[in-house]
Amino acid sequence: MSLKSKSISSKSSLNEDERLKKISPLRVLLNRPELGALGGSILVFIFFGIVAGDTGMFSAYGMLNFLDVSANLGIIAIAAAMLMIGGEFDLSIGSMIGFAGICIAIPAIYWGWPLWMSIVFAFAMAVLVGYFNGIMVVKTGLPSFIVTLAMLFILRGLTLAITRLITGRTQVPGLRVLIEDDPLAWLFATDTFKWLFTWLGSLKLIELRTDGTPLATGIPPSVIWFIALTLFATWILMKTRYGNWIFASGGDKVGATNVGVPVGRVKISLFIGTAVASTIFACIQVLDAGSADTMRGTLKELEAIAAAVVGGCLLTGGYGSAIGAAFGAIIFGTVSMGIFYTDVDTDWFKVFLGAMMLIAVVFNNYIRKKVTESK
Amino acid sequence: MSDYLVQFNNISKFFGKVIALKDVTMRLKKGEIMCLLGDNGAGKSTLIKTLAGVHKPDEGEIIFEDNKIVFDSPKDALDIGIGTVYQDLALVPLMSVTRNFFMGREPQKGIPFLKTFDVEKANQIAADRMGQIGIDVRDPSQAVGTMSGGERQCLAISRAIYFGAKVLVLDEPTSALGVHQASMVLKYIVKAASEGLAVILITHNVHHAYPVGNSFTVLNRGKSMGTFQKKDISREKLLSMMAGGEELDKLEVELQEMDRIHNKN
Repeated sequence: MSLKSKSISSKSSLNEDERLKKISPLRVLLNRPELGALGGSILVFIFFGIVAGDTGMFSAYGMLNFLDVSANLGIIAIAAAMLMIGGEFDLSIGSMIGFAGICIAIPAIYWGWPLWMSIVFAFAMAVLVGYFNGIMVVKTGLPSFIVTLAMLFILRGLTLAITRLITGRTQVPGLRVLIEDDPLAWLFATDTFKWLFTWLGSLKLIELRTDGTPLATGIPPSVIWFIALTLFATWILMKTRYGNWIFASGGDKVGATNVGVPVGRVKISLFIGTAVASTIFACIQVLDAGSADTMRGTLKELEAIAAAVVGGCLLTGGYGSAIGAAFGAIIFGTVSMGIFYTDVDTDWFKVFLGAMMLIAVVFNNYIRKKVTESK
Repeated sequence: MSDYLVQFNNISKFFGKVIALKDVTMRLKKGEIMCLLGDNGAGKSTLIKTLAGVHKPDEGEIIFEDNKIVFDSPKDALDIGIGTVYQDLALVPLMSVTRNFFMGREPQKGIPFLKTFDVEKANQIAADRMGQIGIDVRDPSQAVGTMSGGERQCLAISRAIYFGAKVLVLDEPTSALGVHQASMVLKYIVKAASEGLAVILITHNVHHAYPVGNSFTVLNRGKSMGTFQKKDISREKLLSMMAGGEELDKLEVELQEMDRIHNKN
């Protein structure tokens, strides 16, 4: 032992601890929470590149298609990931999507409100729901799993009951005509970079319709929101004091409180975050479809949590990343769309989703052990 | 102006009918290490929480730098400079050294509403502070979980000092540590005291307390059995006081009795 340490220290400089191994850059990378999801995304793209490379999946139109699906999931997955890092769950995300949808549609169609006012109303309701979830969890100390499971049923039930009471049905159509000239709706309903696609079309670089206009007309709003939210969430987590409080609240509630972190306020704000993200999701979907449906968003909470977990979030809190969750969403979105381009029956998608999550959890568990390993 | 930096005079604390503390007095000068010794259930935890401002004493007074002080919350105690390091250390193993060091008190930079956590400055300070106590943090962004128990303890103490503690209250800082790690922590405590801090070291381990302490207060069943200067008391005497000497004597008699019966058969 003494011989070994002597021989090492003689080679290295004097003030270096001879017991420390050099850490390879690979190990440093392995310690990042988003690595698994990044690697998974690359594998998924390679897989579909081989299996479906010549089917149009990777044409401009095909890519926007699976990016749109990924982006929609990503918007809620990022918020779910931040809440998970903060040590809590939100199972009411899916129900909140349905609820926010009718909060936009009913006032706009039945009460004659301008569309922008309905949208503001929906966001106000989201803040209320999130605040309620948060205050219940913080004040009662009950697991958020139970509190938000209750909210899952309450919101879905309210959505159905109110819609049927007011409209007599479970769908509210007729929103599309209201989008034009609305001062707010464009935020959730405008394709961007249209000039780019027109230009690419004129060069015949992307597929065209028979009338000569490009098949893909622009970047859908979901993708812009997705990218913006990923950057915003990452900035918060890595670069702000509030971000440090999120990690601390999820990592050790008691310890964080003892050193002055306002744990309760942090958690409540994160619950508001998931409800607001659900409402962004709802706005985009409702304005895209032109109608609200009471069953919208069903099971989305589980997909969001799955994406966050694949993205490296620990179920116990205190660890994870928004970029990871974004890649988790990209994996799910790409596979759910890509499967149409292969010979595989689409029924297999859920099998994949489950298996992916299991692998991710086992992998994350291993990483956590590595990170917290004492030397 | 009295010699003492902080005085806890005749502190009593009751929980309903239970007398958790009765007439406990401790007075500390700058640079003094007072060891608070006591067996499990002696009232150490209650006393710590009273010092830290978690509990309000029912009787007695706290005098800090000649001013009578009443703590309404742990924050009040922190603000005047009583830094408590609890047994759980308030460290998050999954977070980096820097993020733990500044947890809840992150330095910020930038314009209002867009203020960012000044990570570079925080890394710098955390690495400096750990370096001063001889812990070479190669990478302040490494997780605290990778540090040894002694290093974690030092990090927690160093954090309390950095954020302005004049009186350090340390709850069992060596209880979970091996010999080498414990001596590292004790060395740091002595160094901190030599720089003018008053330290209250709470422990049930006389062997850790005796070499570093200047004075010793023994707590038994909520009452102080007195404060002794090091020159006035031996390690053995402290040990027997702490355990309630007669109890050990009784045990010895019982063991002899058992031996006798055993030999008969």
